[in-house]
Amino acid sequence: MSDVNSRIDEIVKGNDVVLFMKGTALFPQCGFSSRAVAILDHLGVPFETVDVLQDQEIRQGIKGYSEWPTIPQLYVKGEFVGGSDIMMEMFESGELQQLVAAEA
Amino acid sequence: MPMAAADIEALILAAIPDARVEIRDLAGDGDHYAARVVSSSFAGLSRVRQHQKVYNALGGRMGGELHALQLETAAPSGDEQ
Repeated sequence: MSDVNSRIDEIVKGNDVVLFMKGTALFPQCGFSSRAVAILDHLGVPFETVDVLQDQEIRQGIKGYSEWPTIPQLYVKGEFVGGSDIMMEMFESGELQQLVAAEA
Repeated sequence: MPMAAADIEALILAAIPDARVEIRDLAGDGDHYAARVVSSSFAGLSRVRQHQKVYNALGGRMGGELHALQLETAAPSGDEQ
């Protein structure tokens, strides 16, 4: 495992709910990241964020780690859930609430 | 470089021939699209895997050339066949 992969692995496994995003939860720098934060806020679940704009190594590395080309990316309990479109679909169907509730 | 909706559709169809693809230009700028892709090849796959199939079809353009593609995928259900 390369250095960046093990760094990402630590973040993913060390946080129950973690969002890799552009910007911060208070100041998202992209509409998709903003939408992802809004969904998590709405769920009322504590979550960590990682600003990929502050770390080019993670910004590139996360795409290979998850085999997913875009950011944001949500991980719950070490599992890759998806990007903002999947989060929205799962939120609307109630699946996301169940997924994070199981972790609370 | 933005992509034309027809090019996006063609790439998806080349990789997933049975797909039904609907593309909407969200902002009218040729750069922000929403796509709905329905294919029987998605049956039994998680959403992540379904989206990955579409991203693979787009051959690395996603996240680069194509920054803003809102994606929805589904396997055909009774009312869509």
